[in-house]
Amino acid sequence: MLLYTYFVKMKKILIISLVTICMTFSASAYANDPTNVKDCSEGFNRASFKFNQGLDKAILRPIAIGYRKLPNGIRAVTSNFLNNLSNLVTIPNNALQGDMGKAATNLARLGINSTVGILGMFDVAKGMGFEKYEKEDYGQTLGAMGTGPGCYLVLPILGPSTARDAAGTVIGMIGGDPWFNVTVKNDTQYFKDSDYYISKGTTGVDFRAKNLDAIDNLEENSMDFYASIKSLYLQDRQKKVLNSEKITETQDDSDWDEVSSN
Amino acid sequence: MYFKKKIYLLAIFLLFFSFIKNSYSIEPNIFVQSTVNRASAILSNNFSKEEKIEKLKEVAVDTVDIKGIGFYTLGKHRKNLNDQQKKEYSELFNKYFLKSFSSRLAEYSNPKIDVNSQEKINEKYTMVSSVLIATDERPEVKIDWRIYTKNPEKPLIRDLIIEGLSLARTQKEEFNSIIQSNDGNINALFSSLKEFINK
Repeated sequence: MLLYTYFVKMKKILIISLVTICMTFSASAYANDPTNVKDCSEGFNRASFKFNQGLDKAILRPIAIGYRKLPNGIRAVTSNFLNNLSNLVTIPNNALQGDMGKAATNLARLGINSTVGILGMFDVAKGMGFEKYEKEDYGQTLGAMGTGPGCYLVLPILGPSTARDAAGTVIGMIGGDPWFNVTVKNDTQYFKDSDYYISKGTTGVDFRAKNLDAIDNLEENSMDFYASIKSLYLQDRQKKVLNSEKITETQDDSDWDEVSSN
Repeated sequence: MYFKKKIYLLAIFLLFFSFIKNSYSIEPNIFVQSTVNRASAILSNNFSKEEKIEKLKEVAVDTVDIKGIGFYTLGKHRKNLNDQQKKEYSELFNKYFLKSFSSRLAEYSNPKIDVNSQEKINEKYTMVSSVLIATDERPEVKIDWRIYTKNPEKPLIRDLIIEGLSLARTQKEEFNSIIQSNDGNINALFSSLKEFINK
């Protein structure tokens, strides 16, 4: 009953957000194509990107290098814990996208891993045959419902986003993210605000550590690192909105027409 | 009777040539696996970094459609280039690509890639799926190879799609950004390429 009330509430929030966003941003498959996403405030975005790069060099990257030196087991446990926590946002989004099968599997995974898997530190559910699915968020759900990405944004500290994805983040903060609700939004005796921020910070460190060489390499070999990151972010979001692993669905072959070979 | 014999001879002749033709065509997945093996052999050897880079460049020249990727990455701007600019761009891109590609790869030591399957998109393209095996440092990475098969005897790599993200497309958008932020001036891209090559 509690779960049902939660979904009805979330659906209401999502519908209101969707209507607002649709009135602001273009809503079409054409708009989803990364090449058609406008960089409406490029000056601000580049400044914000530079600021984030500074933070990365001063804080995130050194921590990620240290984190990589931790034993494999500790990193795996941390990664599992964070993945399990992310199910709290993935499950309502599975349901809102009409994917009840995945919602049920992720709910079972959350239940098993949070208990038998000791607060999600061990992925016991995988061994029991509950397949691990991609994470979903409110930005993806809005995209799946046909909302275009709107303008590209680089948010200070949070990094690359789009108007739609930023709206998705806001939906999480106004009730869509149960973890945010019990830590920051509501005063509970069990959790503190810092629990939320530490989990988000650790997610950032975990991601940076896993992609340390790839990101460093890309930066070193890019002539316009800002443009490369923007392209990669938008391609990734398009892939996630389409829930597609197939590049043929995200890349038009006619792009290559007229090109002669070696 | 004579006509029948002629038909037989013609059939044998055609069969022979089709066999010869087929015997030289290379399956894209085998092409990718052999390219990966060549690169792995270089990377796992005790060569200096400079030697590795030079040898990787040779592999790239043999197996990558550098000219094709170069013009693809220009996107709509390629239509505005005159013949002299096209020639200059091709030369610059070739140097840029080889430097960027080989220095990116040279950082890896003995990467293990398993080639899994292939999917023919059309006569010109086949996608080959592979996986870069996880190490203590990084998770498993899914890599798809866009192989240009217009000439089946000489397949060429046109794109690498890493976890669904196309490197050619990223490059195209990076080049477009440089041109756009310089009011559509292609010379700005040429300057950036020269700067990268000489750094």
